[in-house]
Amino acid sequence: MAHGPAKGIGRWLFTTNHKDIGTMYLWFSFAMFLLGGFFAMVIRAELFQPGMQLVKPEFFNQMTTMHGLVMVFGAIMPVFVGLANWMIPMMIGAPDMALPRMNNLSFWILPFAFLMLSSTLFMDGGAPNFGWTFYAPLSTTYAPDSVNFFIFAIHIMGASSIMGSINIIATVLNLRAPGMTLMKMPMFVWTWLITAFLLIAVMPVLAGAVTMMLMDINFGTSFFNAAGGGDPVLFQHVFWFFGHPEVYIIILPAFGVISHIIPTFSRKPLFGYSSMVYATASIAFLSFIVWAHHMFLVGMPVGGQLYFMYATMLIAVPTAAKVFNWISTMFRGSLSYETPMLFAIAFVILFTIGGFTGLMLAIAPADVQYHDTYFVVAHFHYVMVAGSLFSATAAVYYWLPKWCGRMYNETMGKVQFWISFIGFNVTFFPQHFLGLAGMPRRYADYALQFSDWNMISSIGAFIYGAAQLLFLFNVVRTIRSGKPVSEPKTWEGAEGLEWTVATPAPYHTFSTAPVVK
Amino acid sequence: MSRRARMLFALMLAPAMFLATFGKALADDAQRWAVNMPKGVTPVSNAIYDIHMIIFWICVVIAVGVFGVMFYSMYAHRKSKGAVAANFHENTTAEIVWTVIPAVLLIVMAIPATSALLQVYDASEAEMDVKVTGYQWKWQYEYLGQDVSFMSELATPESEIYNTAPKSQYYVQEVSEPLVIPANTKVRFLITAKDVIHSWWLPDLGVKKDAIPGLVNETWAYVNEPGIYRGACTELCGQGHAFMPVVVNVLEKEAYNSWLAEKKEAAAAVRELSKKTFTMDELMAQGEEAYNRSCASCHQVNGQGIAGVFPSMIGGAITTGDITSHIDIVVNGKAGTAMQAFGGQLSEVDIAAIVTYERNAWGNNTGDVVQPIDILKHKQGQ
Repeated sequence: MAHGPAKGIGRWLFTTNHKDIGTMYLWFSFAMFLLGGFFAMVIRAELFQPGMQLVKPEFFNQMTTMHGLVMVFGAIMPVFVGLANWMIPMMIGAPDMALPRMNNLSFWILPFAFLMLSSTLFMDGGAPNFGWTFYAPLSTTYAPDSVNFFIFAIHIMGASSIMGSINIIATVLNLRAPGMTLMKMPMFVWTWLITAFLLIAVMPVLAGAVTMMLMDINFGTSFFNAAGGGDPVLFQHVFWFFGHPEVYIIILPAFGVISHIIPTFSRKPLFGYSSMVYATASIAFLSFIVWAHHMFLVGMPVGGQLYFMYATMLIAVPTAAKVFNWISTMFRGSLSYETPMLFAIAFVILFTIGGFTGLMLAIAPADVQYHDTYFVVAHFHYVMVAGSLFSATAAVYYWLPKWCGRMYNETMGKVQFWISFIGFNVTFFPQHFLGLAGMPRRYADYALQFSDWNMISSIGAFIYGAAQLLFLFNVVRTIRSGKPVSEPKTWEGAEGLEWTVATPAPYHTFSTAPVVK
Repeated sequence: MSRRARMLFALMLAPAMFLATFGKALADDAQRWAVNMPKGVTPVSNAIYDIHMIIFWICVVIAVGVFGVMFYSMYAHRKSKGAVAANFHENTTAEIVWTVIPAVLLIVMAIPATSALLQVYDASEAEMDVKVTGYQWKWQYEYLGQDVSFMSELATPESEIYNTAPKSQYYVQEVSEPLVIPANTKVRFLITAKDVIHSWWLPDLGVKKDAIPGLVNETWAYVNEPGIYRGACTELCGQGHAFMPVVVNVLEKEAYNSWLAEKKEAAAAVRELSKKTFTMDELMAQGEEAYNRSCASCHQVNGQGIAGVFPSMIGGAITTGDITSHIDIVVNGKAGTAMQAFGGQLSEVDIAAIVTYERNAWGNNTGDVVQPIDILKHKQGQ
């Protein structure tokens, strides 16, 4: 029978409710976003001027590493798991996730993983300092002792992701309301279903990579040690076999969110639903066969180089189809520009720019110059920040009224959008220039001709960082004292089962399955 | 003009105003405000530049088209203007068109990309070979078959890095000794590393290749214009990653030949020196200089190392214990740790001086003197 949440801290510790767990995922990822953001601020403050001012190069490397790890594994991945927990059952008319106790476990091991990872900052020899891609042998023979804690933390994060994915697949395949065929599922559910399969396929590969590292470091094996007959390049193959699908794990749910928000505020159905589904599936498939484009300079045979170049360029086709679809949805719609829509439009523009630079990076001969420069840094921040994070921000504004029954402050939302948009571009657009002009990435210090763009980039980063505090303020204020709303449908143009339940969404929804025609 | 239109106008004007104000400064200081890659001085760097610009302009044209439609919809189909939503969706023709057009464009890009890549890879028929070895955090250049080899490390002093002295023009882009190659010659570079992965990059030459321990990669350059070109290490290799620049001095062929002859003589002289006997003071003076250059980045100038990462030199079992094992760890390194084998990097004189210095500096005061001949004997297994 339906009952309310338990009292006190027990509600959060022992909950099996998808909404509670979703909420915890969202707050956790926001906390990690602030932590990773703090590391980024240290990086940009050090790079404000040439010369070492604030930190030592060794600590700088720890900051770049921790920034990458915390943002990828702590902020971006969990935020979409949080959204999935909240929204998937409500979108498919299910009472909860299929495996609610495992859901609790997959969340609660995460804080411990990140506690352990963060604790390395206080250890002798410092935190991991080998970059979030942790290439061997820098991460094995030459690593600080804390690498073992890092490996354990990665294992726990992987276990959490795999459990979360199993749960999502089980939920989507078994708990859909009668009448909701696969090809009637909302896009967010589709993108997450595909993402979950990607996660199950590649997280064990990452686990394998770190386990081989563990063996090399502690048990005298030589997987990645050339002196013992191993191969440092093997590490990169294994890592990027995980790492490339990983970037689609990060972006596909973002595509899903955008595919809801743009139709809502265009008051017009998504232009090509089935082609969007097929495009998502094609991108997921291609993500498995392009990994070595991250390794164009390791000395592959030219034939391998050509294959990975062509295969990578192919990804542009389904990705372009998605962008065309969003724009066709907007075309001849009836557009209004509430905060979620502003973030969604910025997503389309900036993600497309990130796509263009991605295409440039795919061109193997040109990559000779781009590789491991700030051009790459600019590229993936256009995809990760303006892509995934803008989409997650849009999603929070979009569904917040449904979650808490209160409306956020629209003016503050718009102000936050514009500060974020400007701050983001001031930070990362000049990094294209820096990279092309010759500044390598992960540099604690740089030559004098890079001073000006670096200073501008740092100023942008501080602006972007400040905007996120405004976001926090707006969300907390909404939850505590936002204007109450009670219509099931917050947005005029919104479609889907989540907008048929009461606002705020009751603790238990769809105890009886709805029928989808 | 309405208020909104005025604001829009002002926004559009802002970049133009910015350019008008700072345009001259921008032009004067082109390198500082550089926004594009250098065209470079080799056929490969030119080919890369061309393909880069082709793809860039294709992307710009697509962007103008796609964003144009989007901005038009955003403007013309606003709800606030009274736009009523149409209800069309799914159109197979449109979907096929926007699948085929990108596919065709990709083929257009792939053709020049393929030929440029084949050019990058064609290191055949090189006239000379230079072996490039990456170390934490310096480069070694060996002229194969010439008996000439030297280390090239950062020449920028710590005082500039830590802001106690003004920064010179080529801050963190100057080295103790640059690589020297002849112009109008096809030079093949054989690239490897001794410890972690590095990557050897000279933007003006269109050359970048990973230096990987246990593997030898090849790349090449044919430089048309003599001059000094500066590059960097582009694979994260530890705390000195930003401090191991690549500098190449390209000379006309005759100048290169006389440089090479001088280098050969100097190398012979250094080999001769290893038979000489030095005084303690000579060794201590040279040892301090060589230690600060080659050892201090890990073990620190004060010999205290970094707790948990790099061992202290003071009073330890190695620096105050058995001399032979001290020489051995400097010459051969320690497997499985960051301690490199310096036997191939430094002259016998330098190693003897470093060992002497380490055994007598910072209060170690063992009184031991190690001569170059001891190092030579150790290397020869006596």
